This record gives sequence, structure tokens and C-alpha cells, in this order.
Amino acid sequence: MGNLRYVANAFVALGQEVMVTSNPNDLRSASAIILPGVGAFSDGKRNLEKLGFIEILNEEVIEKGKPYLGICLGMQFLAQESYENGCHKGFGWINGNVKRIKPCESKYKVPHMGWNNVQVQRKDGLFVGLGEGPVFYFVHSYCLDIEESSFNYVTSTCWHGVRITASVQKENIFGVQFHPEKSQGAGLKLLKNFVDTASGATNA
Amino acid sequence: MLKKRLIATLLTRNGRIVQSVNFRHTNVIGNAFTAVDFFNTWAVDEIVILDVSLNKNFREKFYEMIQGLSRRCFVPLTVGGWVTSIEDIRTLLKTGADKVVVNTEAVKNPGFVTDAARIFGSQCIVISIDVKLDTNNVYKVYIDRGKEATSLSSEEWAKKVQELGAGEIYLTSIDRDGLLQGYDLQLLQSVTSVVNIPVIASGGVGHWQHLVDGINIGNTDAVSAANIFHYTEHSTKNAKEFLHKAGVDARETVFYKVTQPRRPVYEIDYRV
Repeated sequence: MGNLRYVANAFVALGQEVMVTSNPNDLRSASAIILPGVGAFSDGKRNLEKLGFIEILNEEVIEKGKPYLGICLGMQFLAQESYENGCHKGFGWINGNVKRIKPCESKYKVPHMGWNNVQVQRKDGLFVGLGEGPVFYFVHSYCLDIEESSFNYVTSTCWHGVRITASVQKENIFGVQFHPEKSQGAGLKLLKNFVDTASGATNA
Repeated sequence: MLKKRLIATLLTRNGRIVQSVNFRHTNVIGNAFTAVDFFNTWAVDEIVILDVSLNKNFREKFYEMIQGLSRRCFVPLTVGGWVTSIEDIRTLLKTGADKVVVNTEAVKNPGFVTDAARIFGSQCIVISIDVKLDTNNVYKVYIDRGKEATSLSSEEWAKKVQELGAGEIYLTSIDRDGLLQGYDLQLLQSVTSVVNIPVIASGGVGHWQHLVDGINIGNTDAVSAANIFHYTEHSTKNAKEFLHKAGVDARETVFYKVTQPRRPVYEIDYRV
């Protein structure tokens, strides 16, 4: 809940009109959809199903091409499956699975928590004006393991005793593992880039 | 690689920011909102807000303040003071805290730490340890805002809270608090050498070199200061630059140009 409020606050700070809703029908009138999330994959997914979000998300994001930004758990939902406490189906929008972080050395702690720099692979989209290695705030124990066939969707990675997918983009679908709403200037800049991309998409 | 963190700590008493020397409150600094706005633009990595009011009477006002601050704070916000129940933690997290600091209640009821870590996750439970050096040269843990001595030594209590499920330790030297003489480095080493959860150094910063010492000699993951940040222009930014020059792997203070409307509208359409 706190996370959701921060994301909303960040977009308000950028001058955007924000609606926080649990009613999937509200997505139809939105010009972009943001799904932030902390917590367990299975609970989050079950709630989305129960409230009827899955079908409408598919219509709006996949069929109509509305810009989508998934933050943290919202990015992990893009996967085909998550292995957090069992095996759970994701949206399946990107080929990959969600697995526990397994660092090579014990000095890298799980959860991966704190400020870490990312290696930007694609400098367009969300990373315009952010340079080679911007620093973002991470808090997570699981990460999105992308299948080789989808490697070209990875827009940045970071190192925490293991290579971690920090962000992805597939056309109108964006995902970030870190928390831009907690990453000060770099985070606000990234969210502003999302707004610009999204409004560009709407104008086109 | 995770960056070393620079933390600004704000002490609030009855809704106003105060300064502290050896845990006695000295002058009132004023408005928390101004402070957070400055820290936000000045590249601090985290903000810690501790309610050091003498009683719980101003609690509602404190929650209101945290909620207001969370609207303009785009770094992790850690909040503590008077946290004695699971419900207190839940309220703070809902109000806008990312992590919650527990002190006195952890000593009185160690099971509380385990319960809190199980319910909210270790990463959001920070145990604050206030320490004074006694006449036998032992670092003794104090509770209730430094007023009540316990029989615990800082090392044994630090090890214990890690076992109980704490995600982080906020370690303050009461003797050094507010004296501008630097951290008690021996205290920092004694704790960082026995735990492997992150330790935040607190108490005594009078010069930016003290921050470097806290990290390089005290082996801490984060360094915090309070008083020193209030009186200098661009204080946290200068502190950051000093850390960089000293070779500390801290987040850089890059300025990203983000156009924000002059008067943001704070109304969010909540339909949940």
C-alpha cells in the first residue's frame, strides 16, 4: 500500500493526473497503466484474477497497445511462471520465469536491498538522458530470468553476485525491477520518460 | 555492487525537529517539511525520522506528518520511536514508512522482533541500539530514549537481534551524540565484526571525514548524521562529494533535469 502511494505521488509530482483503482473497468479510460507491487507473487496474482484484471489488461495492453509499466512485482507478472512458493502462472507477455536470487558468494545478501547501479543496454525509452550506469533503489528476493529468445527485450541489468534483469521493454510493455518512486532524481527522470513515451504513443 | 548509504536523521518532538546532545534535546530546528525537501534535492540516500517525544500524546500528529512527508520524499523513509506493537508497525507502513525502527520493545519482548520480521519481512525491521560505555569499559545497551540501562552488551544484543530476524541495525553512541567528535569507531567495529546484517552508524559527526571513517574503519554499510545537516547549505551534497573524493562507493549526486510543474496538484483519485 505504501509503495502504491509513493508511485502515485511521484506521477503527481510530474504533473500527471493519477487514479488509484481496484476496478479493472477504470483501465479503459486511462492513457497508461502502471502496476506497482510488493509482496508475494501468488497473492498478488490471485487478487488480480479475483478482481477481473487479467482479461481487461490483455485487451488494453496487448490488443489495444496501451503503455504498461510494471514496477517490481508488476514486472515479474510479465513472466510465464513464478517459482516463488510453488509454481504460479504470470501474464506470459515475456518469455521468462521468476526465480529466487542465488548470488555466487555469501557476501551478496538476499533480499537484494539498497542502491545499485544498472548497466543500460538500451538508451532509448525509459533511459533517455540517464547515462551509462544510473543508480536505482532495489528491494527484492526474486527476479525475472529471461529466456534466451527474449534477451533483446532486456533494457538494463545489474550485478548482485548474479546478473539480475533490472528492466525490460517489449513494444508498449515496460517493466522495472527497481523502485523508481524511491530512486530520487534518476527515478523521477525514468518515470518522466515513461510519461513522454506514453503520451507519444497516444498522440501517434 | 550495493552503494554505501548516506542517511539524514531527523528527530521530532511534538511535531517539531529538534537537535540532541547526549540524548538531551537542545534547540528546536523547526519544520520537517523544509528539511525533507532539502535532503531530497541534496542527494541523501535515505531519511530516518525518529519520534523522540516524551510520551505518545502527539502520535496522531506524528502520523499526519509522516503522511505529508511521504508525498515529497522520493528516497526510502525509515520511521521509528514509540513502536511497541504490530499494529504500530502496520500504521507506520500504511502512513508512508518503508522500514520501521524498533528499540525499547525489542529488549522488553524479543519475540516481538521475530513476529514483526515474519509478518512484514526482515528487510523492513530495523533495530536501533543505543549504547553507553560503562566504567568497566563495556558497551552497555540503554533503552527508553537512553534513560534505562540494561544488562546487555552491544555485541551480544546485536548478535541476538540478528538471530531474532532484524534486517538492519541502527547503532548510536549516546556518549558521542551531538558532540561533533566523530563516531565511536571501536563500538562500530565491535558490532560490525559480529553480525552480517547492515549496520548504520549514528552519533557524533562533526566533519565529513567522520563519515568516511565510519565506513572505512567502522566497517558500516551506512552512515547517518543529524545535527550537522541542519546548518550548512547543500550539506548532504557536500558530504556526498567528500565521500566520493575519499574513494567511498556511494551513489553519485548526478543532477537529472526533470521538469516539474510549479504547483503540483496533490489530489489523487483514490477508488480503493
